[in-house]
Amino acid sequence: MRYIRSFALFWWDFIVGDDYRVALSVVVLLSATAVLSHNGVAAWWLVPAGVAVTLAVSVFSVARRSGQRSSR
Amino acid sequence: MTANAVLLFVAVFLASTVEMVEAATIVVAVGVTRGWRSALIGVGAGLLALAVVVAALGPALTAIPLNALRLAVGGLLLVFGLGWLRKAILRAAGLKALHNETEMFREQRELAREARVVAGGLDTYGFTVSFKGVLLEGLEVVFIVITFGSNQGGILLASLGAVAAAVLVLGAVLVLRAPLSRVPENTLKFVVGSLLTSFGTFWGAEGAGVSWPGSDVALAVIIPTTLLISALMVAVLRRTTPVRATTRVGVA
Repeated sequence: MRYIRSFALFWWDFIVGDDYRVALSVVVLLSATAVLSHNGVAAWWLVPAGVAVTLAVSVFSVARRSGQRSSR
Repeated sequence: MTANAVLLFVAVFLASTVEMVEAATIVVAVGVTRGWRSALIGVGAGLLALAVVVAALGPALTAIPLNALRLAVGGLLLVFGLGWLRKAILRAAGLKALHNETEMFREQRELAREARVVAGGLDTYGFTVSFKGVLLEGLEVVFIVITFGSNQGGILLASLGAVAAAVLVLGAVLVLRAPLSRVPENTLKFVVGSLLTSFGTFWGAEGAGVSWPGSDVALAVIIPTTLLISALMVAVLRRTTPVRATTRVGVA
């Protein structure tokens, strides 16, 4: 059981990395794009826009936490 | 050779260079401290394990329909690319310590010195550390080679990019016999992260059913835009955050 857990943790860390919200956001963005595209909506802008927002949220949340730590 | 093929080669070459510099640091530290025999056997075993992964995954991916493959590969590249880019932005802004090959080399060397020496036979410590270093650092390269290669129909070109990086890093290590601390690792990670994110955006959206305006030309807009947005984030973070990290020891 310990080996299975370690194996699963390795792959989680390898693929998902430090911020699980990034991976979650990618899944949501691609799913939403697929739904819109298959309903005839020109959704080419959704992934690039969503990626930019995701990256900004992820890095600025680290900056905010660092700022809070340094002001204590 | 098309512009996309050149970009594929560059992306794989740079990603492989970054990962191989990190693996080389570990192997050199083990080789210098514990002896080269076990370190090099560990490298060989690591490369063999990576070859098995390529042999198993490569043909399996070609059996998947193109749109499903692009969706899966695009998603994977996006997750990897955003991870690299996120770390590179935080490091460039001083919010995460820079990777320091010299410090990492020193730490690995100390750990290798402290480990128990077994007389005769294979030094299992030296073998294991080298094997893990090559396997773990190489795994990401393998994924990038397979995903890029299978999607563009250019496994050979992607593999050539990885081999060129291996020759370069190995040559530099053999000449210097020291960790490659002068490689601008964070700059490389910044560029690679941007390329992976851009290709992931393009292929992921295409796999989800999108028709890009201008078809392949869209990549020529996505890549510089990703670089520009990332550079802007670094500039804003540098102006607004007081914390400055220095150097960091360890991988990835």
